Amino acid sequence: MKVAVIQFPGSNCDRDMAVALEKSGADVQVVWHKDAALPSGVDLVVIPGGFSFGDYLRCGAIAANSPICRAVVDHANAGGYVLGVCNGFQILTETGLLPGALLRNAGLKYICRTVGLKIETANSGYTERYSVGSEISVPIAHHDGNYFADDSTIARLVGDDRVAFTYTDNPNGSRANIAGILSQNRRVLGMMPHPERAFEDAHGNTDGQRLFAGLMALLTSA
Amino acid sequence: MKARVHVMLKKGVLDPQGAAVKHALGALGFAGVNGVRQGKVIELDLAEGTTEAQVGEMCEKLLANMVIESYRIDLL
Repeated sequence: MKVAVIQFPGSNCDRDMAVALEKSGADVQVVWHKDAALPSGVDLVVIPGGFSFGDYLRCGAIAANSPICRAVVDHANAGGYVLGVCNGFQILTETGLLPGALLRNAGLKYICRTVGLKIETANSGYTERYSVGSEISVPIAHHDGNYFADDSTIARLVGDDRVAFTYTDNPNGSRANIAGILSQNRRVLGMMPHPERAFEDAHGNTDGQRLFAGLMALLTSA
Repeated sequence: MKARVHVMLKKGVLDPQGAAVKHALGALGFAGVNGVRQGKVIELDLAEGTTEAQVGEMCEKLLANMVIESYRIDLL
């Protein structure tokens, strides 16, 4: 599996993400935001967490208009896999690849702690190694993770089985407890929690491992 | 020429910052503040002849997120 991890000024989870992917067996390249093209033959693009461009204007708004993001949108529109974590999720909503937006946390505080997630669907390359309804623990670290979309969008996401993860105890005010959603073709996933921070024994739990293992199995054989 | 763009959260979108400001005003003893909505103002210094339609395009492509925000343009 060939993976591009996108790096913006202010990205801060890019190295952790690259380590998790490499330890899962992927061939990882870190790609700078000013590049206009992805390395050839990339199976998966990962937009990592952080505070791209200092969260100026809106979280992810400037990054979504960077040269590399046009290539990421093309990759997704051609059926490619894209994973956005935390700031990466915010960027994916700003590009329009995923619906909705991430607002300031309802409690106004930056929250950095491990939360419970419920697996809402196993029907995606990201979640096929989890069982529906099971609970896992994954850290969050964000100030703007309050998922918002209008009623019809939420109904469509739920109806199309596109909600990947929900919070077991909503920390940030997200509508329908949404922690992660899939695109229509189920190949683009945006999630606020950090699976790369629940990857090795030293992290305290390894619940995030199966997300990477599922992708490896899927995209290595492809 | 200049333009001033006002960006506000749409009606129905929770504004926790506005709610916190309302609470703080109440704590300071200001009675009768029924609601606070917080937005942003962006001032643009533009080449002469820039049209309102062009500023509108700037708003829709970058300055506002139309999923959650609305905008108003004042040409100065």
